[in-house]
Amino acid sequence: MSRSKYEAVIGLEVHVELKTNSKAFCGCATSFGAEPNTNVCPICLGMPGTLPVLNRQMVEYAIKTGLALNCRIAEFCKFDRKNYYYPDLPKNYQISQYDLPIAIGGKLDIEIEGDGASKTIGITRVHMEEDAGKLVHQGNIMTTPYSLVDLNRAGTPLLEIVSEPDMSSGAEARRYVEKLRAILLFLEVSDCKMEEGSLRCDANISVRPNGQTKLGTKAEIKNMNSFRALERAVEYEIDRQIKILEEGGTIIQDTRTWDEVQQITLSMRSKEEAHDYRYFPDPDLMPLKIDQAWTERVRASLPELPDQACLRLVEEYNLSQYDAALLTATKDGLEYFDACVRQYPQPKVVANWIMGELARLLNQNNMEIKDCRITPHALSQLLTLLEKGTISGKIAKKVFEEMFQTGALPDKIIEEQGLVQISDEAGILAIVKEVINANPKVVDDFKNGKGKAAGFLVGQVMKASKGKANPEIANRLLNEELSRL
Amino acid sequence: MKLYQQTAQKIGEMLAKKEVTSQEVLEATAERIRQVENKVQAFTTLTLDEAASRAQAVASRQDLGGLAGIPCGVKDNLCTKGIRTTCSSQMLENFIPPYDATVISKLKEAGAVMVGKLNMDEFAMGSSTEFSGFFPTNNPWDLTRIPGGSSGGAAAAVAAGEVFYALGSDTGGSIRQPASFCGVVGMKPTYGRVSRYGLVAFASSLDQIGPLTRDVTDCALVMNSLCGYDQLDSTSLQVDKPDYMSFLHKDIKGMKIGYPREYFQKGVDDSIKDIIKKALLTFERLGAQVEETSLPHSEYALAAYYIIATAECSANMARFDGVRYGYRDDKAEDVEEMMCNTRAHALGPETKLRIMLGTYALSSGYYDAYYLKALKVRRLIKEDFDRAFEKYDLLVSPATTSVAFKLGEKSADPLAMYMSDILTIPVNLAGIPAISIPGGLVDGLPVGVHLMGPPLSEGKLLQAAYSFEQATDYHLKTPVLEV
Ligand SMILES: [Zn+2]
Repeated sequence: MSRSKYEAVIGLEVHVELKTNSKAFCGCATSFGAEPNTNVCPICLGMPGTLPVLNRQMVEYAIKTGLALNCRIAEFCKFDRKNYYYPDLPKNYQISQYDLPIAIGGKLDIEIEGDGASKTIGITRVHMEEDAGKLVHQGNIMTTPYSLVDLNRAGTPLLEIVSEPDMSSGAEARRYVEKLRAILLFLEVSDCKMEEGSLRCDANISVRPNGQTKLGTKAEIKNMNSFRALERAVEYEIDRQIKILEEGGTIIQDTRTWDEVQQITLSMRSKEEAHDYRYFPDPDLMPLKIDQAWTERVRASLPELPDQACLRLVEEYNLSQYDAALLTATKDGLEYFDACVRQYPQPKVVANWIMGELARLLNQNNMEIKDCRITPHALSQLLTLLEKGTISGKIAKKVFEEMFQTGALPDKIIEEQGLVQISDEAGILAIVKEVINANPKVVDDFKNGKGKAAGFLVGQVMKASKGKANPEIANRLLNEELSRL
Repeated sequence: MKLYQQTAQKIGEMLAKKEVTSQEVLEATAERIRQVENKVQAFTTLTLDEAASRAQAVASRQDLGGLAGIPCGVKDNLCTKGIRTTCSSQMLENFIPPYDATVISKLKEAGAVMVGKLNMDEFAMGSSTEFSGFFPTNNPWDLTRIPGGSSGGAAAAVAAGEVFYALGSDTGGSIRQPASFCGVVGMKPTYGRVSRYGLVAFASSLDQIGPLTRDVTDCALVMNSLCGYDQLDSTSLQVDKPDYMSFLHKDIKGMKIGYPREYFQKGVDDSIKDIIKKALLTFERLGAQVEETSLPHSEYALAAYYIIATAECSANMARFDGVRYGYRDDKAEDVEEMMCNTRAHALGPETKLRIMLGTYALSSGYYDAYYLKALKVRRLIKEDFDRAFEKYDLLVSPATTSVAFKLGEKSADPLAMYMSDILTIPVNLAGIPAISIPGGLVDGLPVGVHLMGPPLSEGKLLQAAYSFEQATDYHLKTPVLEV
């Protein structure tokens, strides 16, 4: 298959649940994980005669998001009914926004992995809508005699963020959603948990031969529940479409689902079977007017966003673009870094520890930085001890691990385990002499020009000192002693 | 005069003066219901036990005026907590809402005593109450005739003396047309004047709750309790509510009244036109300036209405699927079949017809030609009224094209049935207030005079209606129901 002869065109539709205090059109709580059908009321149950009342906080969050994505906020927008029948949709229509969304025409920049370059992805629109409930099945969906409906989620506010078809690979699609997620987390408008469904993503994918301006026939891919799934599904779909074209076939426009087990996309329904949603303006809600003053108030309240933070880290702390991007990937991560730098004002050193040891341990333990037991104060204490030479770098890593597991302060760990570095030359010299006497054969090897032998002897010194000897001093003294023989 | 024949206002005075107790008033009403209900068939549900405890509660309270202790009925599309609310549909035959409509809360606060829920065309879709999923209601003036609709039970119950007043809903004339056919007063307030919360929606942008009463004074009295901003209804208007009683005793000297020529054209019986012409002379005699005027886009109103109303209806009715409440077909093999069968079994033919019409009008490829065009017509109709109200305080027309028709006469011919609302529909499209008041009898059957005003002119409408009522005795005529 000759991937290089084709260009893929990818646009994404991302749905995020907003973490407002109450639902989009009623007073029910939006909390996750409550007993089924407890966060419900006549309105979100779609009982007859009930009416929706717009949640202003949802609008505020939508404006925030629109501004952070460089969109224009519409001074006039409205809500529409999207009609379709499904047992988890209480009114059998969803209140959404069709032709007049709250925000349009934005963009966000993604870093392209490896070469440090960036690419601008257009944002077509951001609109508000309400979520549906959930169907719960006992056992196998095909054989179960009934479904249970949980409407706790019904009416939860959602934003749908639609991108321009500006991406051309699975990696770019992934970067786009990662970046979008980071922005939304910085804004604190959503938890953005893909696994829990508070961030959901559909991809529109088509391919065309290089140089062709007309777009190819697209497929819509659903059910990608992780970044990995997104990247793989997009790549799979691109390959699938190219293969069809290469074999002289035609692509059929359809909606497909990502099968995580088989790692393939499967057709769900063709274009002919697509829903006619019969959108029309919801007569129960007044058109929404957003005056300039409201938009400006929200703009003034925007927090520092990932791109701004990244720039700050590069300019003020002299970090590399790559490091800065990593450190600003999440709000929690950036806050942790900033707190550590306030305590220990050597950004490069702090950055190395966070991206190195801490990232490794978090990864190993499948934890997030907000669960980390090492306080910025503790890290700063450790780095100070290291800087003063009280402990060696090797010991520092050991102490760090201990801190990570127990949350104890480094000075306490060092004292309890007697890990203070030995920098006293007379003490180290005694150990050096012992090691030389105990290893005459290795010393001979050294004299015969075997360089490796010196390394072995240093290792023996460190071992004899239980790793506490200052390695620089040990090295120097060993060399001096050997040259005297 | 028997107690049940009094007006609500008179009963209120008697209660205040302790000439009668609320229990005695309720007993008179209950007695009347026992005597005539089998003939009229106005109620879907009687709530006389609840009414008795409310009447007792009111009796011990001293501070209540207005509607306190006065028996009333409520159209069965207004949600009543703990009392079944059927919309006269098999679909909701056993539906008991866990909440009150805002107007029901307001009536409760005022100490009203609800004696039952009133029959209607299923989900308020119809003009004769023949489309009730249970049984038709009969016109108390002639039991072989329809009472009008969709608030037929409400109009008939008031006319028959079974309640002192009733609440109805008006989407295209559903209060005013039955009021006209039954010889009572019926008002559709300005869109947004009365909260729709708890009114089971037919067409949300057109629906409005209003009173049906024996006379204009009672209409003002009930309006005082119904109106007001409600934060549960986003379309409810944030405006001050006046004391409607204060408009009643003002004369109408110098008031400018127009009568749109389009409302007197073919299709309107001559006998009806004569009644309205007589009414216009009465207004003139009372000091109003009366002139012919024009609402040029009136002929398009019916078509626009049936597109907008059915489009909204198709979405509003979608929730009745058997999943969460109401009727469910439990023999179905899967959820899709369950939803389809539930709707197929429990919805009546007129409701299905309108759902299909509305679904069609909103379908991809037809939306612009039907729904969007209908919205444009709606705007033109609104502008017709705006222009007319620059010149006139009020407009007068017939409320109906004929007197009440015979049961079965039009039920097989949807177009003929839809035409019977042609004079009341433009008001809903424009969102303006209007009232129908008794204007005389034709062949022993009542005919309504229809007054229309600009937005929030309910006070002025009541003022003109009251002056007319004072100068005539049509409102005093009541049907004779052999007991
Ligand atoms: Zn709710």
